[in-house]
Amino acid sequence: MNLTLKIWRQKDANSEGKMVDYPISGIEGDMSFLEMLDVLNEQLINKGEEPVVFDHDCREGICGSCSLQINGEPHGPDRLVTTCQLHMRMFNDGDTIFIEPFRAKAFPVIKDLMVDRSAFDRIQQAGGYVSVNTSGNTIDANAIPIEKENADDAFAAATCIGCGACVAACKNASAMLFTSAKVSQYALLPQGQVEATDRVLAMVKQMDDEGFGNCTNTGACEIECPKGISLENIARMNREYLSASLKG
Amino acid sequence: MSGLIKSSIARKVAMALSGLFLVFFLLQHFSINFTSIFSPETFNELSHFMGTNPLVQFVLQPILIFGVVFHFVMGFVLEIRNRNARAVKYAKYNGGSNSSWMSRNMIFSGLVILAFLGLHFYDFWIPEMVHKYVEFAPEDATRYYPELVEKFVSPVRVGLYVVSFVFLALHLWHGFASSFQSVGFNNKYSVAATKFAKAFAVVIPLGFIIIALVLHFNHNH
Repeated sequence: MNLTLKIWRQKDANSEGKMVDYPISGIEGDMSFLEMLDVLNEQLINKGEEPVVFDHDCREGICGSCSLQINGEPHGPDRLVTTCQLHMRMFNDGDTIFIEPFRAKAFPVIKDLMVDRSAFDRIQQAGGYVSVNTSGNTIDANAIPIEKENADDAFAAATCIGCGACVAACKNASAMLFTSAKVSQYALLPQGQVEATDRVLAMVKQMDDEGFGNCTNTGACEIECPKGISLENIARMNREYLSASLKG
Repeated sequence: MSGLIKSSIARKVAMALSGLFLVFFLLQHFSINFTSIFSPETFNELSHFMGTNPLVQFVLQPILIFGVVFHFVMGFVLEIRNRNARAVKYAKYNGGSNSSWMSRNMIFSGLVILAFLGLHFYDFWIPEMVHKYVEFAPEDATRYYPELVEKFVSPVRVGLYVVSFVFLALHLWHGFASSFQSVGFNNKYSVAATKFAKAFAVVIPLGFIIIALVLHFNHNH
């Protein structure tokens, strides 16, 4: 198929960027979106032009590295997939495709389509862990009985790969879905209770300090999340945060 | 506690609670207005009570005004903060693929409601305050219904009221249901609660529209 790509090009973090048109031909429906960009980059390199920089790593839909706002949606028009798992058969011959970086003040562009998502790392580091004593008397996690429903919900929350699609989709660039998934996966388990109060307060504070927007419950994040993280996590974080604030 | 005041979650909860408070007020306002289309006497009695009861006038009314002002000031604050959270806009943003128009345009439906409140205060609240607390005019318990009917003679005003109620419905469609999520209520009862909130968002504004139209057309006949 023949396509017209409109791609955000930006030399570095401090330069102004702009959308640039790239016609491309010979794209197969079985290619992934990133393979299509690989084809484009090979053509650009052969012509002596600068290739388009974009994030990617595992290309198996699990690492959370790939990003891209494709035709106005993070990870493109398909559902429950990352950009590396998005196939070109989702597009038609003659289509024009807008390809932009995930946009948020808290996700500054590094170059072209690559953004700095380390704000998520800092939210995680603020409390997204349990402190376990590994000095030799650690209790086997499987020895602690956990209600099936809670175990399932905790696992579902833990499937968040931290790609940032929730922020990119949200009209407010809010990071509530990501933060709430990281809070929920521990809030639902007995191991997470010890640090529960400090965790939610610290993670929400870090989220706010990073400059993400406020959640207005549009639900766009849940729809666009490649892992289907539920809005229930946000409600749970709101409850956790309010009770922790009143305690603390 | 100090962190609570500044946090995004606290702002979200405050927005939801003030919105829920205004939903209750709306229901009360609608209930009284609704009596006007079948019993002017009842409407006069209720209006006289609301207009002269010291608890309503000097406790509930200031709380209501605070609630309204808080809700729209906080709405503006959130809108500005949220716009700043994405400094560079997308060249193409397909919001319709993942969220409702109502949820993405609360600031616009809210601004229409705010403009309507200006008209509504000019029509009813300011004359009422002047009547009672500036001119200290003698109370006539039967004045309320004729005053109401007089306001709905003009088809332009009726039209403005109808359009405003449509935007109120759009605002409530997202706002009421989403307030449950904001206060942390998301469980097996959420589907039923959301259905109730969406029904409320349609029925109450539609009821206000019917009242305005009935008053207008009854007067013309």
